[in-house]
Amino acid sequence: MTSYNEAFQDIPGTVIFDATQSRLGYELNMFCMSLMKAGNRAAFKADERAYLARFPMTEAQRQAVLDRDYNRMIALGGNIYFLAKIGATDGFSFQNLAAKMTGVPEEDYRAMMIAGGRPALGNRSRSNPGR
Amino acid sequence: MARIVAGVTTSHVPAIGAALDLGKTADPYWQPVFAGYEFSKRWIAEQQPDVVVLVYNDHASAFSLELIPTFAIGCAASFAPADEGWGPRPVPVVQGHPELAWHIAQSTILDEFDMTIVNRMDVDHGLTVPLSLMFGQPAAWPCRVIPLAVNVVQYPPPTGNRCWNLGRAIRKAVESFPEDLKVMVWGTGGMSHQLQGPRAGLINREFDTAFLDRLSSDPEGLAKIPHVDYVREAGSEGIELVMWLIMRGALARDAREVYRFYHVPASNTAVGHMILENP
Repeated sequence: MTSYNEAFQDIPGTVIFDATQSRLGYELNMFCMSLMKAGNRAAFKADERAYLARFPMTEAQRQAVLDRDYNRMIALGGNIYFLAKIGATDGFSFQNLAAKMTGVPEEDYRAMMIAGGRPALGNRSRSNPGR
Repeated sequence: MARIVAGVTTSHVPAIGAALDLGKTADPYWQPVFAGYEFSKRWIAEQQPDVVVLVYNDHASAFSLELIPTFAIGCAASFAPADEGWGPRPVPVVQGHPELAWHIAQSTILDEFDMTIVNRMDVDHGLTVPLSLMFGQPAAWPCRVIPLAVNVVQYPPPTGNRCWNLGRAIRKAVESFPEDLKVMVWGTGGMSHQLQGPRAGLINREFDTAFLDRLSSDPEGLAKIPHVDYVREAGSEGIELVMWLIMRGALARDAREVYRFYHVPASNTAVGHMILENP
């Protein structure tokens, strides 16, 4: 019998924001929340490293933010709805972030979406890639 | 007595709000999306609801990781649009209905749903985009709105079955409110979409179509879908669809589907929309 949490691990390319991720990413996500204030966005843009130092994150989390490496931020406990505030601060849409995370140019990603999106077939299961 | 006259479900993609706010509704990319709501705008202008109970999820705007209520009902007199990182949307402040909201809170809590009562809350695109899609760009929203925020960000979110049953409890609450009010319940979010990681962009038209069919005709069966199936079939953010079951539970079993719209894509998302009327 697969547990509730284990069942999600069979889904490819997906991190579930569960208790483990939430505890790991608490400070990273709370930094993102701070970007909901215009003054904080300005301070972050003026000196990113100094602004990030205000939050008790790990150095790896800070570096992932500086690199705008969203997949890495997610692996380190970031949640996309929080991380989107970094994208918004940079002036990027969700679509731009999604393109970054899938490793393709934004135009190609946009074209994939217009053509109907990424199909579920072949993207459902790690253990059964043909599904 | 207050009565629930209809239910509406719709996606709440932030880019739709941005397209509207930036005057891009006639762009070839956006035109089909907005065209899908033309019927709905005429329909709701005729219906003139007094109050909408608007079920949505907060996207780390009002609720951070400090406090994560599973179900939160807005009992305030008004709710301001949230600044989600690019300034608040230029839309009217949402006027609440504190008397009905408190009544629903009391009734559902006594029915054993542990609602969180919220007296101060900014509302993000999850709530304002559906209002924009249904009402366009008025100077003031034409009805009162009771925000009902559901956690679908931090796992575990509520089960589909819990959402379905909450909808039923909301119906009972509304129908026991003494004032004569026309109430609608809206369920928002979805349909298939994934915003994170290498699988971002997932769309599943087959799943979405079946979901719409069953929402109309087999909601009890639909309520049994486990979380893992939503994520596998409809993408990680497709989990938002559990909120549609709150709307459905609040309507009569034999509510009639009067309108349906489905379009891919709006940004990363499959846009789904349905209107159901109570008999």
